[in-house]
Amino acid sequence: MIRKGILSAFVIGSCFLFIFQLMSLQLFNSEYSALSQNNAVEKRPIYPNRGLIYDRNGVLIVANQPVYDLMVVPENIQPFDTIEMIEELSISKEEFLLKLKKAKRFSYKLPSLIIRQISGENRASFQEKIWKYPGFYFQKKLARDYVLPIASNLLGYTSEVLPREINKENDYALGEMIGRQGIEKTYENSLRGKKGTTLYQKDRFNRIIGPYKEGAFDTKPKSSENLTLTIDALLQQYGESLLKNKRGGIVAIEPSTGEVLALVTAPSYDPNSLIGRKRSKNFSVLVNDTIAKPLFDRGLQAEYSPGSPFKTLNALIGLQEKVITPETRFRCNEGHYYTKNAFMKCHCSYGSKNDLIKGIYNSCNTYFAKTYLGLINNAVTPAEGVNRWREHLEKFGLGNYLGYDLPIGKKGFIPNSNYYDRWYQKGRWGGTTIISNAIGQGEVLTTPIQMANFTAAIANRGYFIKPHFKKSFSQKEKDSLFTKNYTLIEPQHFETVIEGMYQVVERGTAKIARIKGIEVSGKTGTVENFVRLNNEKTQLSDHSIFIAFAPKDDPKIAITVFVENGYWGGRWAAPIASLMIEKYLTGTVKRKWLENKMLEGSLMDEYDKPLSGKPFTINE
Amino acid sequence: MNTTNLFLENRLRSMNKKLIFRLDWLSIFLYIALVIFGMINIYSTRLSESDIAVWDLGSPVGKQLWIFVFCLIILPAILYIKSNFFEHLSYVFYGLSLLSLIGLFIFGQTISGATSWYLIGGFSLQPSEFAKITTALVVASNLSSLQTDIKKKLHLAKVLFLISLPMALTILQPDAGSALVFLGIFFVLIREGLDLRYLYLFMGLLLIFILTLVFDPFLISISGLFLIFFFYLFVKRIAPKTKKLSFLISFGICILFSFSVNFIFTSVFEQRHRDRFNIILGLETDTRGIGYNINQSKIAIGSGGFYGKGFLNGTQTKGDFVPEQDTDYIFSTIGEEWGFIGSTLLVILFTLFILRILYRAEKHTATYSRVFSYAFASYIFIHFFVNVGMTLGLVPTVGIPLPFVSNGGSSLLAFSFMLFIYLNFDANRLNT
Repeated sequence: MIRKGILSAFVIGSCFLFIFQLMSLQLFNSEYSALSQNNAVEKRPIYPNRGLIYDRNGVLIVANQPVYDLMVVPENIQPFDTIEMIEELSISKEEFLLKLKKAKRFSYKLPSLIIRQISGENRASFQEKIWKYPGFYFQKKLARDYVLPIASNLLGYTSEVLPREINKENDYALGEMIGRQGIEKTYENSLRGKKGTTLYQKDRFNRIIGPYKEGAFDTKPKSSENLTLTIDALLQQYGESLLKNKRGGIVAIEPSTGEVLALVTAPSYDPNSLIGRKRSKNFSVLVNDTIAKPLFDRGLQAEYSPGSPFKTLNALIGLQEKVITPETRFRCNEGHYYTKNAFMKCHCSYGSKNDLIKGIYNSCNTYFAKTYLGLINNAVTPAEGVNRWREHLEKFGLGNYLGYDLPIGKKGFIPNSNYYDRWYQKGRWGGTTIISNAIGQGEVLTTPIQMANFTAAIANRGYFIKPHFKKSFSQKEKDSLFTKNYTLIEPQHFETVIEGMYQVVERGTAKIARIKGIEVSGKTGTVENFVRLNNEKTQLSDHSIFIAFAPKDDPKIAITVFVENGYWGGRWAAPIASLMIEKYLTGTVKRKWLENKMLEGSLMDEYDKPLSGKPFTINE
Repeated sequence: MNTTNLFLENRLRSMNKKLIFRLDWLSIFLYIALVIFGMINIYSTRLSESDIAVWDLGSPVGKQLWIFVFCLIILPAILYIKSNFFEHLSYVFYGLSLLSLIGLFIFGQTISGATSWYLIGGFSLQPSEFAKITTALVVASNLSSLQTDIKKKLHLAKVLFLISLPMALTILQPDAGSALVFLGIFFVLIREGLDLRYLYLFMGLLLIFILTLVFDPFLISISGLFLIFFFYLFVKRIAPKTKKLSFLISFGICILFSFSVNFIFTSVFEQRHRDRFNIILGLETDTRGIGYNINQSKIAIGSGGFYGKGFLNGTQTKGDFVPEQDTDYIFSTIGEEWGFIGSTLLVILFTLFILRILYRAEKHTATYSRVFSYAFASYIFIHFFVNVGMTLGLVPTVGIPLPFVSNGGSSLLAFSFMLFIYLNFDANRLNT
């Protein structure tokens, strides 16, 4: 009967089918028989080198260097001389044994890390002996190499990616580097590129013998992009040396393009200290320094009162709002009573009568107090006056983020009428209440980069371009990203103020900033500042500040220098700014005496004063 | 008192003697050979995992070994049970195993997505493995009753209902692989007189199913139309009485089925199911993603060559390139380490084993024991075909173990149980 045979037929049929398939796989298939000795596959990522970083002139700032992680595969370890090993690696016995134990607990088969980022030289000596230690091997990695040890604040740094940052989309793996701060963070994606994978064929002794299936399943890495910065490495380096032993910041911008030429903060750190085995130790030193704050970028994050340079903006707004004309004169008697029993001091001599230009180059408090009173009180209400004034300032990029391509920054502060309504109640305040704003003290706060930016707007006679740090944009990107941001001031008003600023350097408060053959326009500032010391409001030495641009008629550089507790503007900030301008425009500095004075000058004693616990005097 | 004792003893001894001679020793030999070969390979796959204590209950090999020892010591007791004990209690066992399947939804352990296990004192027990035995028993009991005639639709429906209950409960776990095994009873039904047209229909549908996946359903329909038309003309010549209607209906069914396969495949199946079929049919050759397992398995087997790399020397096996190497993919280890010789030997051992059971089953005069033995053979065949076929890249990936060989206590226990019940029936076939 046919029924009895059906299942048997199936069984016998399957038997033949399977034997046939086994024959084709094991005996006749050239592909599998060729693989007969080497059938294991190992997957390895291929990393594109992290993108290099150049300055605006093509000077290499950041490159890559090989470092070596010492890895171990516990399965392959054979008895070895532990003492020799730990001496060679300069690691304590306890630490070494602990790491080894951890590695064994993690996996016998998979590699674990023993020591991270051993430098090339240290590795070389150990490499000769590594045959004595089966199971241990070096894994090459690329770390950053800071060819020029400058601009650590704006370059940022890289470190190993954290487990919680890894997800499927970003495709990071443990041990890979990620940009943490500055340029490294902003442009992480283009600097990183895209990793690929190679599958390797291994033989039965686990040796790699070639690509798996001729690389048919490999994925190619996408190479990273090199980055050209707007920074001028020489100028940056010069600025950093000028701010040595001082605290503060320098921001230099090319007004016509918005490109940042230098962004200096002091104190800073050597970026190379964050590479290699000592990284974590060095990093915690930087983080824990809460007094000098080396990781705090004073150029971007420090909000100071702008001081006298702010008078230039008030002058422009006064002209635009027709509160003053260039010819308007105000009388100053070493200051003036702006209201009953309230006297604002000024260093103009008794009985002087200043017009606008003279008001600027003598930095006359009286002149700008009266201008500001006019701005606020001539409006329908003081509230409208303040809001109109704020509107002007916002157009200069104040009171908000500028939108540059670094991950940190501060908004600064420009008060509006609501702010004063809350503070003084509605209708209970007027121009005299908030008179300090006239001379850049008061409630107004700006960061150095915002000041450099409005200086650039003045230099451009009415517009600024968003400051930025990457130069290698395509023309299309440039056109869309970097449009002219116009202020509400008509161009003719700028000429008067710029003339005033020119006179500041020629005959005013910053004669020290004069450079032979270059017309510099600037404005000094001496900013009063207070801190809480033992729960008491204490005044410290004034901040020294200077804004400038040059040449006057065809501005190539706009600069802001801020030196904390440097006393008056002409003392530190103006000379430093002047040296920077000279260096940038001529390539050399001829005033060696001034250069040496600035390079060698130190304010460290000044900074120690409030910490000493002893009574101290300021502004010496 | 002494005399009664002596009498009983004599009686027992004579039975034993007889029983030992009546046993199917070839099957027992094949059984022991398969299990030991399996354990050797489980040991090899797990070798790289730190130290292995063969006698340690905690290690996979140890567990398997102790279960085997348990089977050899305890299960022979089954041989002394009267054969009709099973026949009488078929429905009770069947009911109990249904309860155990239902109980999974309350007390079951979920391992990798399927709630298929009870966890009892460190052992995980898979009730669907035992449901196979009870289903075989109950079907045997049903078919052996004198009234039953599976040529009658109602009776057939009753048998199918009995099979579908445990099957449905297993699908719900969800464990489609184990549920598939119940279909092995289909072979039993055919043996017991099921209309052969069901077999042709099944084969035909399977062919259309695969063709539809490979080609376009529209194309299949057109070519089906022509085929059936010519076949009709051909049949008409020989037997002019043939009705047109039945051909039209069968053609309609073909088209409907073809399109519904297309629909089910694209809308009902999940991507992983589709992938498995696509890989087998060679529609997608993504060897890195879903096809990776099969590709690695084929490399492992292919790399074994004629003699194999030898015990413990499989690099694929050591490198953990094939997943589930001690369970579902154990055949790839065998292929790699024992080569063409070893794997062909295993295939032949299985074939012999199944054929041996079938041969003995046909000797039964009682329907009950024949049906059970047949079901036992069918189960082994389905497992063997699907598992080895999958490992060789001939059958879509279905996660069911290779009987007696794969690591897994429930599977070994259940198949051993069935073996001893089969041995019981076989040894006592003349008694009943």
